Amino acid sequence: MWETFLSPDNLTYMLKGAGASLALALGALIFGVMIGVVMAAMKLSKSKVLNVIGSVYVEILRGTPMLLQVLFFYLGVPVLYQMIAGTRLRVDPYVVGLIAMSLNSGAYQTELIRSGIQGVDKGQWEACETLGISYVTMMKEVILPQAFKRIIPPMVSEFITLIKDSSLISCIGAAELLYTAQVLGAKYYNYLDPLIIAGCMYLVMTVTISFIARKIEKRMAVSD
Amino acid sequence: MIKVEHVSKHFGGVHAVNGVSLEVNKGDIVCLIGPSGSGKSTLLRCIHGLETVDDGAVYMDGELMDPADKAKYREQRNRMGFVFQHFNLFPNKTVLDNCTLAQMTVLKRSREEAEKTALEYLDKVGLLDKKDSYPNQLSGGQKQRVAIARALCMNPDMMLFDEPTSALDPEMIKEVLEVMKDLGRQGMTMIVVTHEMGFARHVANRVLFLDQGHLVEEGDSEAFFTNPKSERAKDFLSKVFYDAQ
Repeated sequence: MWETFLSPDNLTYMLKGAGASLALALGALIFGVMIGVVMAAMKLSKSKVLNVIGSVYVEILRGTPMLLQVLFFYLGVPVLYQMIAGTRLRVDPYVVGLIAMSLNSGAYQTELIRSGIQGVDKGQWEACETLGISYVTMMKEVILPQAFKRIIPPMVSEFITLIKDSSLISCIGAAELLYTAQVLGAKYYNYLDPLIIAGCMYLVMTVTISFIARKIEKRMAVSD
Repeated sequence: MIKVEHVSKHFGGVHAVNGVSLEVNKGDIVCLIGPSGSGKSTLLRCIHGLETVDDGAVYMDGELMDPADKAKYREQRNRMGFVFQHFNLFPNKTVLDNCTLAQMTVLKRSREEAEKTALEYLDKVGLLDKKDSYPNQLSGGQKQRVAIARALCMNPDMMLFDEPTSALDPEMIKEVLEVMKDLGRQGMTMIVVTHEMGFARHVANRVLFLDQGHLVEEGDSEAFFTNPKSERAKDFLSKVFYDAQ
Protein backbone atom coordinates (compact mmCIF):
# COMPACT_ATOMS: atom_id res chain seq x y z
CA MET A 1 0.00 0.00 0.00
CA TRP A 2 2.84 2.43 0.86
CA GLU A 3 4.09 2.28 -2.71
CA THR A 4 0.81 3.76 -3.89
CA PHE A 5 1.18 6.85 -1.74
CA LEU A 6 4.88 7.18 -2.29
CA SER A 7 4.51 7.03 -6.06
CA PRO A 8 6.00 10.12 -7.73
CA ASP A 9 2.59 11.55 -8.60
CA ASN A 10 1.04 11.18 -5.18
CA LEU A 11 4.16 12.22 -3.32
CA THR A 12 4.50 15.32 -5.47
CA TYR A 13 0.85 16.10 -4.80
CA MET A 14 1.37 15.93 -1.05
CA LEU A 15 4.65 17.85 -1.20
CA LYS A 16 2.84 20.58 -3.07
CA GLY A 17 0.29 20.54 -0.25
CA ALA A 18 3.10 20.86 2.27
CA GLY A 19 4.49 23.77 0.24
CA ALA A 20 1.07 25.43 0.33
CA SER A 21 0.89 24.96 4.10
CA LEU A 22 4.34 26.46 4.53
CA ALA A 23 3.51 29.36 2.21
CA LEU A 24 0.25 30.08 4.04
CA ALA A 25 2.01 29.98 7.41
CA LEU A 26 4.86 32.18 6.23
CA GLY A 27 2.48 34.67 4.62
CA ALA A 28 0.33 34.80 7.75
CA LEU A 29 3.44 35.28 9.89
CA ILE A 30 4.63 38.21 7.80
CA PHE A 31 1.25 39.92 7.50
CA GLY A 32 0.69 39.10 11.16
CA VAL A 33 3.88 40.96 12.11
CA MET A 34 2.70 44.01 10.17
CA ILE A 35 -0.73 43.91 11.80
CA GLY A 36 0.92 43.21 15.14
CA VAL A 37 3.24 46.22 14.97
CA VAL A 38 0.36 48.56 14.10
CA MET A 39 -2.00 47.11 16.71
CA ALA A 40 0.72 47.05 19.38
CA ALA A 41 1.42 50.71 18.62
CA MET A 42 -2.31 51.40 19.05
CA LYS A 43 -2.46 49.55 22.34
CA LEU A 44 0.58 51.43 23.61
CA SER A 45 -0.51 54.86 22.37
CA LYS A 46 -1.90 57.51 24.67
CA SER A 47 -5.15 57.72 22.70
CA LYS A 48 -8.03 55.96 24.46
CA VAL A 49 -9.80 55.34 21.14
CA LEU A 50 -6.79 53.59 19.64
CA ASN A 51 -6.35 51.55 22.84
CA VAL A 52 -9.92 50.32 22.56
CA ILE A 53 -9.61 49.46 18.86
CA GLY A 54 -6.45 47.47 19.57
CA SER A 55 -7.96 45.66 22.54
CA VAL A 56 -11.23 44.79 20.82
CA TYR A 57 -9.35 43.38 17.83
CA VAL A 58 -7.13 41.23 20.01
CA GLU A 59 -9.98 39.98 22.21
CA ILE A 60 -12.25 39.02 19.32
CA LEU A 61 -9.59 37.24 17.29
CA ARG A 62 -8.12 35.43 20.27
CA GLY A 63 -11.44 34.72 21.93
CA THR A 64 -13.15 32.92 19.06
CA PRO A 65 -12.17 29.64 17.35
CA MET A 66 -9.95 30.03 14.32
CA LEU A 67 -12.10 27.54 12.41
CA LEU A 68 -15.06 29.86 12.92
CA GLN A 69 -13.01 32.80 11.65
CA VAL A 70 -12.00 30.86 8.54
CA LEU A 71 -15.62 29.88 7.84
CA PHE A 72 -16.78 33.42 8.56
CA PHE A 73 -14.49 34.85 5.91
CA TYR A 74 -15.23 32.10 3.40
CA LEU A 75 -18.97 31.68 3.87
CA GLY A 76 -20.09 34.68 5.91
CA VAL A 77 -18.35 37.59 4.24
CA PRO A 78 -19.68 36.83 0.72
CA VAL A 79 -23.21 36.96 2.13
CA LEU A 80 -22.45 40.26 3.79
CA TYR A 81 -20.97 41.51 0.53
CA GLN A 82 -24.07 40.51 -1.40
CA MET A 83 -26.28 42.29 1.12
CA ILE A 84 -24.30 45.50 0.73
CA ALA A 85 -23.12 45.46 -2.88
CA GLY A 86 -25.88 43.38 -4.37
CA THR A 87 -23.47 41.31 -6.44
CA ARG A 88 -21.88 37.98 -5.70
CA LEU A 89 -18.33 37.90 -4.44
CA ARG A 90 -16.16 35.08 -5.71
CA VAL A 91 -13.62 34.12 -3.10
CA ASP A 92 -10.49 32.10 -3.50
CA PRO A 93 -9.92 29.67 -0.59
CA TYR A 94 -6.19 30.40 -0.48
CA VAL A 95 -6.71 34.15 -0.30
CA VAL A 96 -9.45 33.80 2.30
CA GLY A 97 -7.32 31.36 4.24
CA LEU A 98 -4.38 33.72 4.20
CA ILE A 99 -6.52 36.66 5.31
CA ALA A 100 -8.11 34.71 8.15
CA MET A 101 -4.80 33.30 9.32
CA SER A 102 -3.06 36.69 9.10
CA LEU A 103 -5.77 38.40 11.12
CA ASN A 104 -5.76 35.63 13.69
CA SER A 105 -1.98 35.55 13.97
CA GLY A 106 -1.90 39.35 14.04
CA ALA A 107 -3.88 39.28 17.27
CA TYR A 108 -1.41 36.94 18.94
CA GLN A 109 1.55 38.86 17.57
CA THR A 110 0.08 42.15 18.81
CA GLU A 111 0.43 40.83 22.31
CA LEU A 112 3.91 39.41 21.65
CA ILE A 113 5.16 42.68 20.22
CA ARG A 114 3.49 44.80 22.87
CA SER A 115 5.01 42.84 25.72
CA GLY A 116 8.35 42.81 23.87
CA ILE A 117 8.31 46.59 23.60
CA GLN A 118 7.20 47.05 27.18
CA GLY A 119 9.90 44.66 28.30
CA VAL A 120 12.63 47.00 27.04
CA ASP A 121 14.16 48.80 30.01
CA LYS A 122 12.52 52.13 30.78
CA GLY A 123 16.00 53.65 30.95
CA GLN A 124 16.34 53.17 27.19
CA TRP A 125 13.33 55.42 26.57
CA GLU A 126 14.66 57.99 29.01
CA ALA A 127 18.13 57.95 27.44
CA CYS A 128 16.55 58.71 24.06
CA GLU A 129 14.46 61.44 25.64
CA THR A 130 17.49 63.15 27.19
CA LEU A 131 19.37 62.98 23.88
CA GLY A 132 16.43 64.58 22.08
CA ILE A 133 15.90 61.55 19.83
CA SER A 134 12.52 61.55 18.11
CA TYR A 135 9.89 58.88 18.77
CA VAL A 136 10.23 57.28 15.33
CA THR A 137 14.05 57.13 15.49
CA MET A 138 13.89 55.78 19.02
CA MET A 139 11.51 53.00 17.99
CA LYS A 140 13.46 52.14 14.86
CA GLU A 141 17.00 52.32 16.22
CA VAL A 142 16.71 51.50 19.88
CA ILE A 143 13.45 50.01 21.13
CA LEU A 144 12.29 47.68 18.34
CA PRO A 145 15.69 46.06 17.72
CA GLN A 146 15.84 45.19 21.42
CA ALA A 147 12.19 44.18 21.54
CA PHE A 148 12.47 41.93 18.48
CA LYS A 149 15.39 40.10 19.98
CA ARG A 150 13.16 39.14 22.88
CA ILE A 151 10.25 38.39 20.57
CA ILE A 152 12.07 35.93 18.30
CA PRO A 153 11.61 32.79 20.43
CA PRO A 154 7.82 33.23 20.89
CA MET A 155 7.59 34.31 17.23
CA VAL A 156 9.11 30.98 16.18
CA SER A 157 6.52 29.07 18.19
CA GLU A 158 3.89 31.26 16.55
CA PHE A 159 5.24 30.20 13.15
CA ILE A 160 5.06 26.54 14.14
CA THR A 161 1.51 27.03 15.39
CA LEU A 162 0.64 28.64 12.07
CA ILE A 163 2.00 25.67 10.10
CA LYS A 164 -0.22 23.37 12.14
CA ASP A 165 -3.22 25.71 12.05
CA SER A 166 -2.97 26.01 8.28
CA SER A 167 -4.59 22.57 8.26
CA LEU A 168 -7.85 24.32 9.21
CA ILE A 169 -7.90 25.85 5.75
CA SER A 170 -8.55 22.35 4.38
CA CYS A 171 -12.17 22.77 5.41
CA ILE A 172 -12.70 25.43 2.76
CA GLY A 173 -10.98 23.41 0.06
CA ALA A 174 -7.53 24.93 -0.19
CA ALA A 175 -5.15 22.17 -1.20
CA GLU A 176 -2.78 22.40 1.71
CA LEU A 177 -1.09 19.37 3.23
CA LEU A 178 -3.96 17.90 5.26
CA TYR A 179 -6.36 18.43 2.37
CA THR A 180 -4.10 16.49 0.00
CA ALA A 181 -3.91 13.66 2.53
CA GLN A 182 -7.69 13.54 2.72
CA VAL A 183 -8.03 13.56 -1.06
CA LEU A 184 -5.62 10.65 -1.43
CA GLY A 185 -7.29 8.84 1.44
CA ALA A 186 -10.64 9.12 -0.26
CA LYS A 187 -9.20 8.12 -3.59
CA TYR A 188 -7.70 4.84 -2.34
CA TYR A 189 -10.12 4.15 0.52
CA ASN A 190 -7.22 4.26 2.92
CA TYR A 191 -6.72 7.20 5.25
CA LEU A 192 -4.09 5.66 7.49
CA ASP A 193 -1.05 5.93 5.25
CA PRO A 194 -1.63 9.43 3.84
CA LEU A 195 -2.35 10.78 7.33
CA ILE A 196 0.88 9.28 8.62
CA ILE A 197 2.80 10.72 5.68
CA ALA A 198 1.20 14.13 6.22
CA GLY A 199 2.04 13.93 9.91
CA CYS A 200 5.67 13.19 9.07
CA MET A 201 5.79 16.13 6.69
CA TYR A 202 4.37 18.46 9.36
CA LEU A 203 6.97 17.14 11.78
CA VAL A 204 9.84 17.68 9.36
CA MET A 205 8.75 21.30 8.91
CA THR A 206 8.20 22.08 12.59
CA VAL A 207 11.29 20.29 13.88
CA THR A 208 13.49 21.92 11.25
CA ILE A 209 12.19 25.35 12.17
CA SER A 210 12.80 24.80 15.89
CA PHE A 211 16.29 23.60 15.08
CA ILE A 212 17.12 26.65 12.96
CA ALA A 213 15.59 28.92 15.59
CA ARG A 214 17.81 27.48 18.30
CA LYS A 215 20.87 28.08 16.12
CA ILE A 216 19.87 31.70 15.53
CA GLU A 217 19.20 32.26 19.21
CA LYS A 218 22.62 30.92 20.12
CA ARG A 219 24.31 33.16 17.60
CA MET A 220 22.41 36.20 18.86
CA ALA A 221 23.32 35.40 22.44
CA VAL A 222 26.99 35.55 21.45
CA SER A 223 26.67 39.01 19.89
CA ASP A 224 25.26 40.37 23.13
CA MET B 1 21.46 79.67 33.87
CA ILE B 2 18.88 77.46 35.57
CA LYS B 3 16.40 78.78 38.04
CA VAL B 4 14.02 76.51 39.90
CA GLU B 5 11.09 78.17 41.60
CA HIS B 6 9.03 76.44 44.29
CA VAL B 7 9.03 73.15 42.44
CA SER B 8 6.92 70.37 43.89
CA LYS B 9 6.38 66.85 42.73
CA HIS B 10 4.34 64.11 44.32
CA PHE B 11 3.81 60.49 43.47
CA GLY B 12 0.43 59.47 44.82
CA GLY B 13 0.39 60.77 48.36
CA VAL B 14 4.16 61.06 48.67
CA HIS B 15 5.68 64.50 48.38
CA ALA B 16 8.97 63.68 46.68
CA VAL B 17 9.93 67.32 46.17
CA ASN B 18 8.31 70.02 48.23
CA GLY B 19 8.57 73.64 47.12
CA VAL B 20 12.27 73.70 46.30
CA SER B 21 13.90 76.78 44.79
CA LEU B 22 17.45 77.02 43.57
CA GLU B 23 19.62 78.81 41.12
CA VAL B 24 22.56 77.52 39.11
CA ASN B 25 24.86 79.94 37.35
CA LYS B 26 27.13 79.35 34.42
CA GLY B 27 30.21 77.41 35.47
CA ASP B 28 28.70 76.29 38.77
CA ILE B 29 29.22 72.80 40.02
CA VAL B 30 26.33 72.09 42.34
CA CYS B 31 25.95 68.88 44.30
CA LEU B 32 22.58 67.72 45.57
CA ILE B 33 23.06 65.54 48.60
CA GLY B 34 20.84 64.02 51.22
CA PRO B 35 19.54 60.69 52.46
CA SER B 36 17.82 58.20 50.17
CA GLY B 37 14.31 59.29 49.37
CA SER B 38 15.09 62.93 50.06
CA GLY B 39 13.93 63.89 46.57
CA LYS B 40 17.27 64.87 45.08
CA SER B 41 16.99 62.58 42.04
CA THR B 42 13.39 63.61 41.48
CA LEU B 43 14.41 67.25 41.63
CA LEU B 44 17.14 66.66 39.03
CA ARG B 45 14.65 64.82 36.80
CA CYS B 46 12.20 67.71 37.17
CA ILE B 47 14.89 70.14 36.02
CA HIS B 48 15.45 68.12 32.87
CA GLY B 49 11.77 67.42 32.36
CA LEU B 50 11.97 63.65 32.76
CA GLU B 51 9.34 64.23 35.42
CA THR B 52 6.56 66.71 34.99
CA VAL B 53 6.42 69.40 37.63
CA ASP B 54 3.22 69.45 39.71
CA ASP B 55 3.77 72.92 41.04
CA GLY B 56 6.32 75.69 40.47
CA ALA B 57 8.46 76.29 37.43
CA VAL B 58 11.91 75.86 35.93
CA TYR B 59 13.55 78.69 33.99
CA MET B 60 16.49 78.48 31.63
CA ASP B 61 18.31 81.76 31.04
CA GLY B 62 15.27 83.55 32.38
CA GLU B 63 12.86 81.81 30.06
CA LEU B 64 10.18 79.46 31.33
CA MET B 65 10.59 75.82 30.38
CA ASP B 66 7.08 75.03 29.27
CA PRO B 67 6.21 71.55 27.93
CA ALA B 68 3.27 73.06 26.07
CA ASP B 69 5.63 75.12 23.91
CA LYS B 70 7.00 72.00 22.27
CA ALA B 71 9.64 73.31 19.85
CA LYS B 72 11.19 75.66 22.37
CA TYR B 73 10.97 73.14 25.21
CA ARG B 74 12.79 70.62 23.05
CA GLU B 75 15.52 73.10 22.28
CA GLN B 76 15.88 73.99 25.95
CA ARG B 77 16.08 70.37 26.98
CA ASN B 78 18.66 69.62 24.31
CA ARG B 79 20.98 72.11 25.96
CA MET B 80 21.23 69.79 28.96
CA GLY B 81 23.10 66.51 28.99
CA PHE B 82 21.90 63.82 31.36
CA VAL B 83 23.85 60.94 32.87
CA PHE B 84 21.95 58.13 34.57
CA GLN B 85 22.81 55.90 37.47
CA HIS B 86 22.35 52.82 35.28
CA PHE B 87 24.12 54.29 32.22
CA ASN B 88 21.31 53.40 29.81
CA LEU B 89 23.64 52.82 26.88
CA PHE B 90 22.00 51.23 23.85
CA PRO B 91 23.03 47.55 24.08
CA ASN B 92 22.30 46.91 20.40
CA LYS B 93 24.81 49.54 19.28
CA THR B 94 28.57 49.82 19.50
CA VAL B 95 30.15 52.46 21.69
CA LEU B 96 30.76 54.63 18.63
CA ASP B 97 27.19 54.23 17.36
CA ASN B 98 25.88 55.06 20.83
CA CYS B 99 27.69 58.36 20.51
CA THR B 100 26.70 59.15 16.92
CA LEU B 101 22.98 58.22 16.79
CA ALA B 102 21.62 61.39 18.34
CA GLN B 103 24.21 63.58 16.64
CA MET B 104 23.12 62.36 13.22
CA THR B 105 19.38 62.23 13.82
CA VAL B 106 18.89 65.21 16.12
CA LEU B 107 21.70 67.59 15.18
CA LYS B 108 21.69 66.34 11.54
CA ARG B 109 25.44 65.99 11.48
CA SER B 110 27.02 63.88 8.76
CA ARG B 111 28.40 60.50 9.78
CA GLU B 112 31.99 61.73 9.37
CA GLU B 113 31.36 64.79 11.48
CA ALA B 114 29.48 62.79 14.14
CA GLU B 115 32.22 60.18 14.31
CA LYS B 116 34.90 62.83 14.58
CA THR B 117 33.09 64.44 17.51
CA ALA B 118 32.43 61.04 19.11
CA LEU B 119 36.08 59.99 18.85
CA GLU B 120 37.17 63.28 20.32
CA TYR B 121 35.00 62.78 23.41
CA LEU B 122 35.76 59.07 23.70
CA ASP B 123 39.41 60.06 23.75
CA LYS B 124 38.64 62.58 26.45
CA VAL B 125 37.13 59.89 28.69
CA GLY B 126 39.97 57.52 27.81
CA LEU B 127 37.99 54.94 25.86
CA LEU B 128 39.09 55.47 22.28
CA ASP B 129 40.19 51.83 22.05
CA LYS B 130 36.68 50.65 22.98
CA LYS B 131 34.90 52.41 20.16
CA ASP B 132 33.90 49.17 18.41
CA SER B 133 32.91 47.31 21.58
CA TYR B 134 29.34 46.70 22.64
CA PRO B 135 28.25 48.06 26.03
CA ASN B 136 27.97 44.57 27.52
CA GLN B 137 31.68 44.08 26.93
CA LEU B 138 32.57 47.04 29.15
CA SER B 139 32.97 47.41 32.90
CA GLY B 140 30.57 49.62 34.81
CA GLY B 141 33.06 52.46 35.01
CA GLN B 142 33.72 52.26 31.29
CA LYS B 143 29.99 52.24 30.54
CA GLN B 144 29.47 55.35 32.60
CA ARG B 145 32.35 57.11 30.87
CA VAL B 146 30.82 56.23 27.50
CA ALA B 147 27.49 57.59 28.74
CA ILE B 148 29.22 60.85 29.66
CA ALA B 149 30.92 61.02 26.25
CA ARG B 150 27.59 60.31 24.54
CA ALA B 151 25.95 63.20 26.36
CA LEU B 152 28.89 65.53 25.63
CA CYS B 153 28.70 64.76 21.91
CA MET B 154 25.49 66.79 21.84
CA ASN B 155 27.48 69.85 22.99
CA PRO B 156 25.27 70.64 25.99
CA ASP B 157 25.66 73.87 27.95
CA MET B 158 25.27 71.98 31.17
CA MET B 159 25.39 68.44 32.46
CA LEU B 160 23.08 66.75 34.95
CA PHE B 161 24.33 63.66 36.75
CA ASP B 162 21.94 61.37 38.61
CA GLU B 163 23.99 59.33 41.06
CA PRO B 164 26.55 58.50 38.38
CA THR B 165 28.68 56.28 40.60
CA SER B 166 26.02 54.57 42.74
CA ALA B 167 25.79 51.49 40.54
CA LEU B 168 29.55 51.03 40.24
CA ASP B 169 31.96 48.68 41.94
CA PRO B 170 34.06 50.68 44.42
CA GLU B 171 37.23 50.53 42.33
CA MET B 172 35.44 52.00 39.32
CA ILE B 173 34.16 55.10 41.07
CA LYS B 174 37.36 57.10 40.85
CA GLU B 175 37.72 56.89 37.05
CA VAL B 176 34.24 58.33 36.61
CA LEU B 177 34.70 61.07 39.19
CA GLU B 178 38.02 62.04 37.56
CA VAL B 179 36.25 62.52 34.23
CA MET B 180 33.63 64.67 35.93
CA LYS B 181 36.26 66.67 37.75
CA ASP B 182 38.08 67.41 34.48
CA LEU B 183 34.81 68.44 32.93
CA GLY B 184 34.24 70.87 35.79
CA ARG B 185 37.74 72.29 35.41
CA GLN B 186 36.99 73.05 31.80
CA GLY B 187 34.09 75.19 32.91
CA MET B 188 31.12 72.89 32.36
CA THR B 189 28.09 73.79 34.42
CA MET B 190 27.07 70.73 36.39
CA ILE B 191 24.35 69.58 38.75
CA VAL B 192 25.30 66.34 40.42
CA VAL B 193 23.18 64.13 42.64
CA THR B 194 25.70 62.12 44.58
CA HIS B 195 26.60 60.20 47.68
CA GLU B 196 30.29 60.86 47.07
CA MET B 197 30.98 63.36 49.81
CA GLY B 198 34.61 63.77 48.79
CA PHE B 199 33.49 64.90 45.35
CA ALA B 200 30.85 67.23 46.79
CA ARG B 201 33.37 68.77 49.14
CA HIS B 202 36.35 69.21 46.86
CA VAL B 203 34.97 69.55 43.35
CA ALA B 204 31.61 71.22 43.84
CA ASN B 205 31.51 74.89 44.68
CA ARG B 206 28.03 74.68 46.15
CA VAL B 207 26.11 72.02 48.04
CA LEU B 208 22.38 71.69 48.45
CA PHE B 209 21.21 69.42 51.24
CA LEU B 210 17.75 67.95 50.85
CA ASP B 211 15.67 65.98 53.28
CA GLN B 212 12.14 64.65 52.80
CA GLY B 213 11.62 66.78 49.73
CA HIS B 214 12.68 70.03 51.38
CA LEU B 215 15.77 72.05 50.68
CA VAL B 216 17.18 72.12 54.20
CA GLU B 217 20.50 73.81 53.72
CA GLU B 218 22.44 75.41 50.91
CA GLY B 219 25.92 76.80 50.91
CA ASP B 220 29.50 76.92 49.85
CA SER B 221 30.69 73.32 49.85
CA GLU B 222 33.69 73.73 52.14
CA ALA B 223 31.64 75.70 54.63
CA PHE B 224 28.85 73.15 54.52
CA PHE B 225 31.14 70.27 55.33
CA THR B 226 33.20 71.99 58.01
CA ASN B 227 30.37 73.84 59.65
CA PRO B 228 26.85 72.70 58.76
CA LYS B 229 24.19 74.98 60.17
CA SER B 230 21.12 72.77 60.43
CA GLU B 231 20.80 69.92 62.92
CA ARG B 232 19.57 67.64 60.14
CA ALA B 233 22.69 68.22 58.06
CA LYS B 234 24.96 67.75 61.07
CA ASP B 235 23.23 64.49 61.82
CA PHE B 236 23.50 63.35 58.18
CA LEU B 237 27.18 64.20 57.92
CA SER B 238 27.98 62.49 61.20
CA LYS B 239 26.42 59.33 59.75
CA VAL B 240 27.98 59.33 56.30
CA PHE B 241 31.50 59.90 57.52
CA TYR B 242 32.39 56.71 59.28
CA ASP B 243 34.45 57.41 62.33
CA ALA B 244 35.87 54.33 63.98
CA GLN B 245 36.40 56.02 67.32
